[in-house]
Amino acid sequence: MLRFLREGLRTPLTEPRPPADPEIAVLAASLNETARRRLGHSLSIRQVDAGSCNGCELEIHALNNAFYDIERFGIHFVASPRHADVLLVTGPVTRNMREALERTWRATPDPKWVVAVGDCGANGGVFAASPAVVGGVSAVVPVDITIPGCPPSPTRLLAGLLSLFKD
Amino acid sequence: MAQRPVPRAVVHADTWTRAAGLLAAGELTLLSIWGDTGQVHVALLEPADHGIAVLTLPCPDGNYPSIGQVHPPAIRQERTIRDLFGIEPVGLPDTRAWLDHRDGTNYAFLPVEGEGLHQIPVGPVHAGIIEPGHFRFTCDGETVVRLEERLGYVHKGVDALFGGLPLDRAARLACRVSGDSAVALSLGFARAVEAALNITPPPRAIWLRALMAEMERIANHLGDFGAICNDASFAIMQAHCAVLRERMLRAADAAFGHRLMMDRIVPGGVTVDLDAQNVAAIMGLAVDIRDKFAALTKLYDGSASLQDRTVNTGVLTQELARQYGAGGYVGRASGRAFDSRKHPGYAPYDALRFEVPILTDGDVNARVWIRAREINASLGLIEQMLRDMPDGDTMTHVTTGSGEALTLTEAFRGDVLVWLRINQGSIDRCHIRDASWFQWPLLEAVIEGNIVADFPLCNKSFNCSYSGHDL
Repeated sequence: MLRFLREGLRTPLTEPRPPADPEIAVLAASLNETARRRLGHSLSIRQVDAGSCNGCELEIHALNNAFYDIERFGIHFVASPRHADVLLVTGPVTRNMREALERTWRATPDPKWVVAVGDCGANGGVFAASPAVVGGVSAVVPVDITIPGCPPSPTRLLAGLLSLFKD
Repeated sequence: MAQRPVPRAVVHADTWTRAAGLLAAGELTLLSIWGDTGQVHVALLEPADHGIAVLTLPCPDGNYPSIGQVHPPAIRQERTIRDLFGIEPVGLPDTRAWLDHRDGTNYAFLPVEGEGLHQIPVGPVHAGIIEPGHFRFTCDGETVVRLEERLGYVHKGVDALFGGLPLDRAARLACRVSGDSAVALSLGFARAVEAALNITPPPRAIWLRALMAEMERIANHLGDFGAICNDASFAIMQAHCAVLRERMLRAADAAFGHRLMMDRIVPGGVTVDLDAQNVAAIMGLAVDIRDKFAALTKLYDGSASLQDRTVNTGVLTQELARQYGAGGYVGRASGRAFDSRKHPGYAPYDALRFEVPILTDGDVNARVWIRAREINASLGLIEQMLRDMPDGDTMTHVTTGSGEALTLTEAFRGDVLVWLRINQGSIDRCHIRDASWFQWPLLEAVIEGNIVADFPLCNKSFNCSYSGHDL
């Protein structure tokens, strides 16, 4: 056990902050300035899988590993929507998850942002044509920014989430 | 048209019912039961010699004799047949809808009676970065006396989406039935298409596919190994395993251009070749993971506080594992020696040496150890493949034909069945059965008598797919 603790101190793996993603930065520029100032540089995220294939979840999980270490930016995942500033929603939103997503959104206090993740969260992706699917996240709750990709890499997810901060 | 490589026979109701009896008697194992237009199919495995056959029963009157009435593992799939195809399984003991949630919050959970019992409803939105599903716990104090699962929240209508898709788009969809098994699913789909159209991909493509499959297996097992320990509040294991997992995903990205290797395996071959630089990088990583993971398993083995949580927790009996045909680490930790890479087997595994670990304790600890030993077995496979990889093309021409096929492919959590029918170059019908179908019901069984606080451990040691089940 001591060996592992010592090793952790000796060889930090954490990488520098990723550069801003131009595609996402454009969207972020239009976000509510007052809310951004009030929240400062700390965000609590409630992740909601509204129908994904679980690929996006794997990469969101990776944000917590030593390479990305998302908590050093003041961003952390919380267990309840009542503690959240941000809903990080993967999709497509299925008919069977629609109500759960709406209820989670209502349970999140203002000010709040919704970040849609992945190509499916953006527009339903490869599942868009299915009658069992409502569509992208914006078909059910208002979306502030979208982080596309199938799935988006942790670097891209991190850049997208950092764009919520007011520099 | 004949189904390849295993036969399919159209039968009468009496043969169908006799097969159900053999399943109930344990002489056959259920691989899957699924609906089609005006008919139902059942895939059967002979446990002794690993022979596989498919029976088809036409249903001109929209009903058929339920298999679930004598063989419970079929029940959830038969509820699904009812939901998605409107075909009635006569005699089905549980007639509630399964993937169809139009009854909303009126779903009738099983009644519970008894003094002092209380219920804990959990989900569909869970308190972590997890897929959605509902768990209804009935408890006597701290002890769970019954868990009832309700799944189907991420039902995306995959079966219907396949109909009419050209092969390239269908391959993209198959890959996304469960993102964590993207390689295994695209491999199973590609192998089924190739069997149906009688195509053989180039040897190098076959080896590269297996390389990707073993990299996916290692990445997932590393993630699970850490996450199970983390659910016992042993966070340092999660931290170290997550680093090794990340390095494997980065190696996959460098070599194949995608961290989860999605869309790299397609009918006819693979879309990317492996260069010498990445051969060396993956070889070096395999050596490094073997060394670092050996230290982590030693840490696991030597931590009494951790073992206290995993040993004798969530025990799956060998009898249940056999009855449900439990695949992967769930089955292998409970004495079921089945691995589709060995039996019925597929290339290139016949040319490679690897151990399929079997344990009999059936607890969380056994499922942890199966994963640990499979990581080492897969590292050995990767080293053999990188050393002996054949040269040549990586893609062959895919003809526009028609045909039908069934394949079994070993994903990290167990065997995936793909059955499909191709009509003039596009998918007519495709059924994919993830190993989770037969593992989810067993999770209900193993939690009984355990304390609520041990549910996350049991659940993570199964790590069933929601998306792969809900389709």
